[in-house]
Amino acid sequence: MHSVRNTIVRTASLSGAFLFCCMTTAAAADPASTGTNIFDPQSTPARSILHLSTFVLTVTGIIFAVVFTLLVYSISKFRARSADANSEPAQVYGSTQIELAWTIIPVLIVVVLFLATARVLHAIQDAPMPTSAVEVTVIGHQFWWEYRYPRLGVVTANELHIPVSDPAHPTPTSLQLLSADTDHSFWIPELAGKTDLVPNHPNQMWMDPQRTGTFLGQCAQYCGTQHAKMLLRVSVDSPEDFAAWVREQQRPAVADERVAIGKRVFETTACINCHTINGTVANGRFGPDLTHLMSRSTIAAGAAPNTPENLRLWIQDPEAIKRGSLMPAMQLSKSDLDALTDYLETLR
Amino acid sequence: MSSNAITIPGIRVEGKPWLETLHEWVTTVDHKRLGILYVIYGLGFLVVGGVEALIIRIQLMHSHNDFVSPQTFNRMFTMHGTTMIFFMVMPVLFGFANYLVPLMIGARDMAFPRLNAFSFWLSAFGGLLLYFSFLGGSGLYGAGSAPDVGWWAYAPLGARAFSPGHSTDYWTLSLLVSGFGSIGTAINIIATVLCMRCRGMKLGRMPLLVWLYLVMGAMVLIAITPLSAAQVMLLIDRYLGGHFFDTQAGGSAVLWMHFFWIFGHPEVYILVMPAFAFLSEIIPVFSRKPIFGYPVMVAASVAIGFVSLSVWAHHMFTVGMNSYANSFFAITTMAVGIPTGIKIFNWIGTMWGGRIQFKVPMLFCIGFLFQFLIAGLTGIIQACVPVDWQLSLSYFVVAHFHYVIVGGILFATFGAFYYWYPKVTGRMLSERLGKWHFWLFLIGFHLTFDVMHIPGLLGMPRRIYTYEPGRGWDTLNLIISIGAFIQAVAILVFVWNLVISYFKGAEAGNDPWDAWTLEWSTSSPPPAYNFATVPTVASRRPLWDLKHPEDPDSQYE
Repeated sequence: MHSVRNTIVRTASLSGAFLFCCMTTAAAADPASTGTNIFDPQSTPARSILHLSTFVLTVTGIIFAVVFTLLVYSISKFRARSADANSEPAQVYGSTQIELAWTIIPVLIVVVLFLATARVLHAIQDAPMPTSAVEVTVIGHQFWWEYRYPRLGVVTANELHIPVSDPAHPTPTSLQLLSADTDHSFWIPELAGKTDLVPNHPNQMWMDPQRTGTFLGQCAQYCGTQHAKMLLRVSVDSPEDFAAWVREQQRPAVADERVAIGKRVFETTACINCHTINGTVANGRFGPDLTHLMSRSTIAAGAAPNTPENLRLWIQDPEAIKRGSLMPAMQLSKSDLDALTDYLETLR
Repeated sequence: MSSNAITIPGIRVEGKPWLETLHEWVTTVDHKRLGILYVIYGLGFLVVGGVEALIIRIQLMHSHNDFVSPQTFNRMFTMHGTTMIFFMVMPVLFGFANYLVPLMIGARDMAFPRLNAFSFWLSAFGGLLLYFSFLGGSGLYGAGSAPDVGWWAYAPLGARAFSPGHSTDYWTLSLLVSGFGSIGTAINIIATVLCMRCRGMKLGRMPLLVWLYLVMGAMVLIAITPLSAAQVMLLIDRYLGGHFFDTQAGGSAVLWMHFFWIFGHPEVYILVMPAFAFLSEIIPVFSRKPIFGYPVMVAASVAIGFVSLSVWAHHMFTVGMNSYANSFFAITTMAVGIPTGIKIFNWIGTMWGGRIQFKVPMLFCIGFLFQFLIAGLTGIIQACVPVDWQLSLSYFVVAHFHYVIVGGILFATFGAFYYWYPKVTGRMLSERLGKWHFWLFLIGFHLTFDVMHIPGLLGMPRRIYTYEPGRGWDTLNLIISIGAFIQAVAILVFVWNLVISYFKGAEAGNDPWDAWTLEWSTSSPPPAYNFATVPTVASRRPLWDLKHPEDPDSQYE
């Protein structure tokens, strides 16, 4: 009996301590190693969430410690001993005072937690957007992201570019979230909490990153076969870099005579049903806009690096890169495939 | 119907031909046999759902693993969730209700024995329908395909445009059919508790288990109804050109979420009520004290029942409700923690000053207390809406609800198995194997589900069939998978214990735990009529009064 009791106590304390170690280790983890750590916020919404989390973790941590201690104490103190094998302990049926105490204290804790929650909730969800805010419409597709900057006339896919926000002159980014098919969820843990993209139900979220760099995330709401490879990359640029990127994106597609054959292949196959290239007949919207394909570092919503080999494989056999993707295998002859890849390579 | 012996199908007992035995079991309306059928059925699906979980865990052992295709993986997590909730936990808990409620209130059967049998067979066929999708999911001309829409089947994934073939139809129909079974059983439990109590068994003298099953029954009635309605609407969408959830034609995806979660959240409490019930019976007996604060425990159970009906949209903090709606569901969610906390305190109060015997049923209950404490607290963390914007849909949530369902409900249910198995079979489960089961499962559980919180904090969403290397998720997922296999071994030990103890276990006698409720006053296993004379009770612990005539409870109540 004794050893069983000890082992229970020991295991219980170990597992409790373990959980809290885990949480604190996660907090201290090197941000560079993941890029998706909610304990390394780089933007106001993510930062206020972390502050609230720390507060809530502290409160729940204290509750845990108190109840845990009571539990461990009672199972170790009140174990059956061989001396009193044949007698029953005092039969206690309850106590109104004690019941009142352990009702009122939790009520007070709930009130405090709720007020703290409501404050942060309101501050993030109902934040007014300044006129300087950059507006982006994010449209979720199976299984990629479409970004439209209505005031800048820019359309791109999968890799979002937004400007860094200087706290003195904030330029937050306001995202309008739409879905073309099923539910999706936009989640960049270091910049903001997630918000779903629900068909027929436009949503809003915002972020004001205070550091330049690339931030990662991915679709968080199950949306079908390739939910796992609907990755997100957000490039937070300096104001100059962002302006330069916008200028590049506003230009029509490069027209290079040397790849005219590839361009013709593109314009005479099913590619144009789904893809847009500005300045050509291609104006499909089912797949990503390819006007500036080469300005992106990945293809297939982050499933593969944007290299000529991958691009070629992607056109010929998308299943090899992303099983269940809605891009059909194009079944081109080798010469057409080479020409098409060469053409796409020029779309900077 | 006459024999005292409990038999299991296909096994020859007392020289009866097996066909006759089988026929007896198939046509039985005895609440005890139906209870056993429910439990065996649920245990079968525990193994099936467990295998699906192992496939998921093998696939996620390291990044870019290629063990199964994305399609298969999506089917596995859909089937795992649906199976475990609807065809494992629900039937097992209904089985315990069927077996125990009439015995504990001194009744000879449930109020409606034929409805009882009908409900069981509906649930059973529901499970078969779901699994038939592996054969008929693409129609009889194609290969099978199980549903892959997730266990919530969020609209419009369940619409025909995104779920061609019949796999989603099998999912819908199986939930519809088994849902009717659940409603039937719920009506039966409520009627039995309200109308079939023996003399002297006032509502205020019912064992807490009976109270909790009464609350559970009421919640099933309220919660399963919108689920069934939603399934009918989905079928109308799919076959009659309706547009309830068909977003391509202006339907509402959010409406489906409300329908699903106004079922789905009460469902969690539906499942946890019986776990509370088991604890409220086992902890007093092994602490040798009556339950602390019985009226408060009853009040807290009823309060949980009511409040839990108003928390559903905390599953929807990320779908873009306005800040007032978000605040409302935050405070109701936090509020449901108060009566739950009161329950934990009362169980500690019961152990306080007692003489705790660390038998296997009690070990599982103590495990429950620690784990349910953590599960509750991570629940409170997620009730803080902005925090949930980070944690929702991530592995943190997966860890949280497995902490509730495995660490809480399953642990309590294992405790109940060890506690009541002697009553059901007349033989004790092996303590030695039971301790192996407990410790292995405890280690596996913590290895898996403690660690699983961390990838969520590091940005890993749920329901992904693979993940990118270099995000710090690899090692964690390997540990989680190892834990899953340790749990699987523990389950094998448990099943082995159930089988071997049936034949070789020690004789139990009527009352092996020196307990106080009515089921221990009859033989093990009880005769078909339960009690030779219907008992009369004068307190909450009739057998205590009998054993301690010098100091009966009836003096104090």
